[in-house]
Amino acid sequence: MKAFLMHEGQDFDLQRELPRNAEALTQDLELSTLFNAMAAGDAFLLDMVKRAVLSSLHEPDAIRYRQDILTDCLQRPAVIRDLYSLAVEAIQGEKKIWIGSLSRSPDLVLHRGVDVLQMLVGMLKRLRHIADEDGPQFRSEGFTRFFEMLVKELSDEYLLTVEDHLRQLRFRGGVLESAELGRGNKGTNYILRKPHKKPSWLDWISGNRPLSYTYRIPERDENGARALGELRERGINLVANALAQSTDHILSFFTMLRSELAFYVGCLNLHERLAGKGEPTCLPEPLPSDRRTLSLRGLYDVSLSLNMSDTRVVGNDVDADDKSLLMATGANQGGKSTFLRSVGLGQLMMQCGMFVPAESFRANVCAGVFTHFKREEDVTMRSGKLDEELSRMSDIADQLAPNSIVLFNESFAATNEREGSQIARQIIRALLETHVQVVFVTHQYDLAHSLHAKKMDDALFLRAERQADGRRTFKLLPGEPLPTSFGEDLYRRILSYSA
Amino acid sequence: MPFRSMLFDRPEDGRRVDERQEPGFFADLNLDQVVESITAGRNGYNLKPFFYTPLSSVDAVRYRHEVLRDLQGEALAGYIRTFAERMRTMRERLAQADKLRYRYQREAWFLDAVETYGDAVDRLAQDLSGAEISSRGLAAFRDYLTGYAGSDRLKSLRAETGKLKADLAAIRYNLHIKGDRIRVSNYESEADYSAEVEETFEKFKQGAVKDYRAKFPAWADMNHVEAAVLDMVAKLHPDVFLALDDYRGRHDKYINKIVADFDREVQFYLAYLEYTARFTNKGLTFCFPEVSDRSKDIHARDTFDLALANKLVDGKSGRSPVVCNDFHLRDPERLFVVSGPNQGGKTTFARTFGQLHHLASLGLLVPGRDAKLFLFDQLFTHFEKEEDATNLRGKLEDDLTRIHDILTRATPNSVVIMNEAFTSTTLDDAVFLGEKILGQLIELDLLGVCVTFVDELSRLGPSTVSMVSTVEPDDPAVRTYKVVRRPADGLSYAATIAEKYGLTYERLRERIAS
Repeated sequence: MKAFLMHEGQDFDLQRELPRNAEALTQDLELSTLFNAMAAGDAFLLDMVKRAVLSSLHEPDAIRYRQDILTDCLQRPAVIRDLYSLAVEAIQGEKKIWIGSLSRSPDLVLHRGVDVLQMLVGMLKRLRHIADEDGPQFRSEGFTRFFEMLVKELSDEYLLTVEDHLRQLRFRGGVLESAELGRGNKGTNYILRKPHKKPSWLDWISGNRPLSYTYRIPERDENGARALGELRERGINLVANALAQSTDHILSFFTMLRSELAFYVGCLNLHERLAGKGEPTCLPEPLPSDRRTLSLRGLYDVSLSLNMSDTRVVGNDVDADDKSLLMATGANQGGKSTFLRSVGLGQLMMQCGMFVPAESFRANVCAGVFTHFKREEDVTMRSGKLDEELSRMSDIADQLAPNSIVLFNESFAATNEREGSQIARQIIRALLETHVQVVFVTHQYDLAHSLHAKKMDDALFLRAERQADGRRTFKLLPGEPLPTSFGEDLYRRILSYSA
Repeated sequence: MPFRSMLFDRPEDGRRVDERQEPGFFADLNLDQVVESITAGRNGYNLKPFFYTPLSSVDAVRYRHEVLRDLQGEALAGYIRTFAERMRTMRERLAQADKLRYRYQREAWFLDAVETYGDAVDRLAQDLSGAEISSRGLAAFRDYLTGYAGSDRLKSLRAETGKLKADLAAIRYNLHIKGDRIRVSNYESEADYSAEVEETFEKFKQGAVKDYRAKFPAWADMNHVEAAVLDMVAKLHPDVFLALDDYRGRHDKYINKIVADFDREVQFYLAYLEYTARFTNKGLTFCFPEVSDRSKDIHARDTFDLALANKLVDGKSGRSPVVCNDFHLRDPERLFVVSGPNQGGKTTFARTFGQLHHLASLGLLVPGRDAKLFLFDQLFTHFEKEEDATNLRGKLEDDLTRIHDILTRATPNSVVIMNEAFTSTTLDDAVFLGEKILGQLIELDLLGVCVTFVDELSRLGPSTVSMVSTVEPDDPAVRTYKVVRRPADGLSYAATIAEKYGLTYERLRERIAS
């Protein structure tokens, strides 16, 4: 029995290590804000949503499998939250049942196994009840299969069999086991046996019953009693093990159910936050990785929005289908970095099956999302800083596959403009030729201008918009790079007060 | 020739070998350590006395060389190891049988021991029949074993043993435990209940699980409840257990003496070959020395001190790899006089020389690429005793007493190894005593090594050969442990240091001139 709510026919992998770029992505895209909104203060949810968001899917079908389930969730949030708390209750219920001393004899393992199983059977019955009541309303392939499985596997007949075992495992009629003579004629290979029907009274009288001999432990023979206990435990050893392992299996079913539902509960939490602010969300349209597509309306930076209590944030529209290079230039603090982050966030959220913070979003899936952001906190020497940037770039290069996307934010500006743009040009050229998508934000005119001058078909240039009065709209529009940055604006705004 | 021993072509040579004590020179040559390593893990065979017993004839040495050559073949050595393993198991089972309290248990362990013995003999006989054997020792043993394995006596023993084992193994019984009583009956094909429970919950299986099975103590003996159960099982199967009772009494003395002796003696070879493998694995070599009891022309190439090498190849100490040395004596040369810088391998060289001769006298391979050695009648060592440096006069007296003892017992066919005698006397005394004693050794015409700081001793005549320990030419602080045949000028060491610091005559001239 498997929940399979994160992948079709596959468990959510809780052991897999996060990709190497997870830390950089979290830092550059301010993912912790997103994660915290999804977790809503629950440490387990936090752990699961991190894992889900950072472990991207790479097939449009796999993404749609989750999108469908998410649609069901958004329509019946109460059922999802019920299922989730049932799983939590089962897991916590087991922890409450006394484990006993460290040295666990088969007797103790058996007794505890029976108690835990009794509790779990109760949980399975409740699960079955939800499947009966609410299952039929669910439409997604994932949930339909899940509920059908519950109805089939947890049939009334099956639950009766389980309860019958629970009774037999108390061994009120004694323990029957078979054995053989091992080395030195010591008993070995003890196997617990299911007794045949008792001999009838007729057999009894006619003496037609198996030959047997009986030994009784004398009273006060404590060693004898212990030895007898050991013989008995040799017999029940395997069944105690089977029972304890079975309860572990049922528990791991609930654990997996909880882990997989956690992602959707996180989505519900985030959705409620955004809907409360009136921010739009949409289910994105994922396309195969080799079909360069980026078409979006009203894409905003979800982390930025979550940080602002009730103001909505500015969204951007971009039509960059068939473009491999997207370069944004223009005024400092004109919204370039925000835009860059919103692209990265949108891409990551799409690739884990979530909704996207936009009115619409259509993009090809990427083999990997990478960020190379200027790190403000590094106030080391100039050369040291360029070193550090290049070493991170080399790290990224180790991980790159065709159809990945790299987001650059003011990269390679730690040296003079000529050198910096020279480095950047060579890197960009190499990436494009190896089919890696590039989004580059820069205030360096030399770099932007030289690339613009090449008139590449697959490049799109955006510019931070400035109105006639010098104020910024924080919107980006197509436009060629302009020779000056807007530092003069800043200078005027910040220093004119003191002037 | 009927087979008697794997170690001695003339059985009388091996008489009373077990009464042998460790020879006096063992500790000086570190042969005690060597033999300890060789025999480690084989205590049950009591092999040490064999290593204390040098052979006295060239043919006895050859007899062992032949066996060693055969056993260098991996297949043959493997057969014998398998056999030894079984014999060991057999002895463990016999010992176990003696330790136990309940009759049916003792009898079962005894039965197992006999079965193992029968298997060991039969298998070895089969293996040897197809093996390539050239040595007199192994060929004679094979003939003996083939006859023994095919004898009616052994065959019927094995058949009876096998039948009884099978009868016991076929018994399957039921225990029904309730409260304080236990009922024993025959097994009636009742279903496996654990499997049924497991199957019920199969559908929840999610991958790797914890093992909750308890581990029960695996003692060989039984408690009285198990014994009571076994007695009841015996009552259910009276015929089988009657046969078991009868078996023990009839087969008490089943082990053949010649097979048992072979099992012990062949370990002498296997132990040594295994020991040499740890060196050959590291690129060092061993060879069969040419052994003579007449010619005193001797030599060895790329040889080394086994005790020291054993520490180095152990990997525990991170020291330099093993340094190999060459030596040779050609008529009328008889004595090596070793001098040179301290810690440069002089003592190691002396020990190597002694070890090589002793190992050769045991009929074994020796460290080195190519060797010719002398089959001595006695081996003497005189190594400086460090402990009582307080009483110089007493020490000198003691030294001289010991040397006197050696000189009176030594013959022209002996080997004498002296290491740093007279270090605590004056130089004049040391030169005087050294010359006197060496003179007597020369007189005796015996083979030997003398390690000394008095390099005059290396020039006493045509029978002495000077060997010098050396250092790294570029860095005198690094010792090479190489000991080379070279006149002792007392200068080479100083010259190297001078070169390094630019203070040789020529260099100093140039520097002052410029």
